[in-house]
Amino acid sequence: MTASFPERGRITAGVLALAALGILVGGAFAGLGQEAIQSWRGAFSAFDSYLLRVARFTLLQAGLSTILSVLPAIFVARALARHPRFFGRGFILQLFAVPLALPGIVAALGVLALLGRAGFLAPLLSSLSGDTWQGIYGLSGILVAHVFFNLPLAARLLLASLEAVPADQWKLATQLGMGAGATFRLIEWPALRAALPGVAALVFMVCAVSFTIVLTLGGGPRATTLEVAIYQALRFDFDLARAIALTLVQVALTAAIVLVLSRLGASINADASLPAAPRRSVFPRPGETAFNVSVILLALVFVGGPIAATVIAGLGADLARLAGERAVHGATMTSLLLASLSAFLCLLLSFALVAARRALEMARGGGRAGGMERLTDTGASMVLIVPPIVIGAGWFILLRRFGDVFAFAPLMVVTVNAAMALPFTMRAIRPAYDAASARHEKLCLALGISGWTRLRLVDWPALRRPAATGLAFAMALSLGDLGVIALFGSDRVKTLPYLLFERMGSYRTADAAGLALFLGVLCLGLMFLATHWGKEKS
Amino acid sequence: MVPQQGAVVKLDALAFAYPGGPAMRFDLLVPASEIVALMGPSGSGKSTLLNLIAGFERPDSGQVLIGSVDVTRLPPFKRPVSMVFQENNLFSHLTVEQNVGLGRSPTLRLSDGDRAAVSEAIARTGLAGKEQRLPRQLSGGERQRVALARVLVRRQPVLLLDEPFASLGPALRDEMLDLVAELHRDQQMTVIMATHDPRDAERLSNRLLFIENGTIAADGATSSFLAGQGPAAFARYLGERKRLR
Repeated sequence: MTASFPERGRITAGVLALAALGILVGGAFAGLGQEAIQSWRGAFSAFDSYLLRVARFTLLQAGLSTILSVLPAIFVARALARHPRFFGRGFILQLFAVPLALPGIVAALGVLALLGRAGFLAPLLSSLSGDTWQGIYGLSGILVAHVFFNLPLAARLLLASLEAVPADQWKLATQLGMGAGATFRLIEWPALRAALPGVAALVFMVCAVSFTIVLTLGGGPRATTLEVAIYQALRFDFDLARAIALTLVQVALTAAIVLVLSRLGASINADASLPAAPRRSVFPRPGETAFNVSVILLALVFVGGPIAATVIAGLGADLARLAGERAVHGATMTSLLLASLSAFLCLLLSFALVAARRALEMARGGGRAGGMERLTDTGASMVLIVPPIVIGAGWFILLRRFGDVFAFAPLMVVTVNAAMALPFTMRAIRPAYDAASARHEKLCLALGISGWTRLRLVDWPALRRPAATGLAFAMALSLGDLGVIALFGSDRVKTLPYLLFERMGSYRTADAAGLALFLGVLCLGLMFLATHWGKEKS
Repeated sequence: MVPQQGAVVKLDALAFAYPGGPAMRFDLLVPASEIVALMGPSGSGKSTLLNLIAGFERPDSGQVLIGSVDVTRLPPFKRPVSMVFQENNLFSHLTVEQNVGLGRSPTLRLSDGDRAAVSEAIARTGLAGKEQRLPRQLSGGERQRVALARVLVRRQPVLLLDEPFASLGPALRDEMLDLVAELHRDQQMTVIMATHDPRDAERLSNRLLFIENGTIAADGATSSFLAGQGPAAFARYLGERKRLR
């Protein structure tokens, strides 16, 4: 390859970023591998009926969650597609984006505030069943929370596939006099069928590696997934052999799902960006309209319920006292610091990878993309294959040899969360970077602008906005995460989600509700900024 | 095929505006079985006019009459109208036969009579032998032929064409225009065609409407328009088109 000088600098940056990711993932596997070799007998004997049960439950809850999310989502999506203009449609779509931005622990708390033993609906449910409502825990709790997260996601993705149907075809269908049934069979179903496998596989993946929800709403030997079992093996039983066996199964399982996903052509980090509903002429008949309205209302109640419960329960907490607590201050500072560091690291890595990819693309001229270029492109999103808990577990086992594991908490949280957010930030900045590069590359060469000057004068103005988007997004993701910190958290390093989880565990429900509201507002605020900056054109 | 009659299309003080858009107003009388061409700059309101007649847009005030029936409040599927768009006239997962069959039954439950009409229309539009093909296996011209075959089986007295041949080459375009003329001889439907190409108008229509700024700015014989006797705005519009080409 004959890369000219400025390209070489960018490629080097990309190689360094890839190396950092490689160390993060490789170190985890090294830790796991070494331990597995040393105590292979133990690891082998850990493949017992418990592990089998956990693996089965992982698949069962993921499968059920997928069915319960995707099937209703079909009806919600087509109801929204059939009514492209009505008062509040925009609000509903916004509301459907909220669960995506909400930290898992906040959502879990919202579900409990509504359906828990002391939840808002407990009296009603008690009188309905004629028995004291025991609260929604175990499988049913996990399912409700997963559907809360994934039904809106699936509905938005499926709606996007319906809105991709050309406007003329809707017109044609109307003119030909197709009713709801014929429209579904001849127009909507073919469009949905193309999107469904990908959407279902995505939801399945999200649910199979779901950690926070299962940790807070499941638990107990009967409702434990692999991820939570890994956590319990490390944190409570310190049973390394078991942790290794569980991790191996988890990695094999995710690899299998990702393989299926890529066969189905779904992207792991899918998001549904919905343009304003096109001006479309649909004329549903009264019976269908009534049906659609009830479908939308039901979905609205289902998604809005836990959110409203979070807000109400949060406002009911002693917020003034919480705001004065030193533990809360400490956790907030820790969270903001770690999340900021993680977001900056993530942005730095994304920028290096995006720039290297572009440089490689230009260096090769018109030929096929080389292996390195593909690594800097989709390779980075492969990080998502290895669940954060697995990376955390690997490093947990490895670092144990070098002293106090919990002292590494900040480092682990920052790096793992940065890697998690990487595919999203890369997607935020890559189009802008590539477009700016296409426009300015020759000019920069001709004028001899390179290095720092180029970054300051040429690249930065074009990237400011997408970079801010990526930064806010990565920060929100890191801020709400209860994954790595669950493994590495201790009295010395506590983030907000960790503190929240602690308060829940010690039955200080009101405190937990107040913290959940605080955390939820923080994350939603950041997500709002991210989409706001992402939408505006500079 | 049994000859049938077209229907009068009348727009009476039809007022319409897109949200935040400029006001449009149309008054028009098209006698039964006439062929009219609509010309005018992009965004002038040609498609809107067709959409108002088809019922895809609801006017703010005024009336749409087809035949002697006031259809202003009727949904598109109750109006005696067929429409052909520039693209996306076919459902990509359905065969040619099914796409045409939709013109007879929107649920594709076809009687023997329907099937006979479908295969006759397919033959009439020169698609015999291609009944089982999917749209992606057809050329652009063939796809528009399928759309016209569906128009044939629908047997509606009004046909609206929204730049239906804009993406076809000149020779193919002439072929398609001749096909429309033949179909018109058979079924005598009233045809209103939006186009950017003066040759379309020349080949098919006797009457031409020049649309500008959401209203019918000029109305006259196609031949006199094209002989340079139209308004100055029309000459300017044609000039711009020529320079663009």
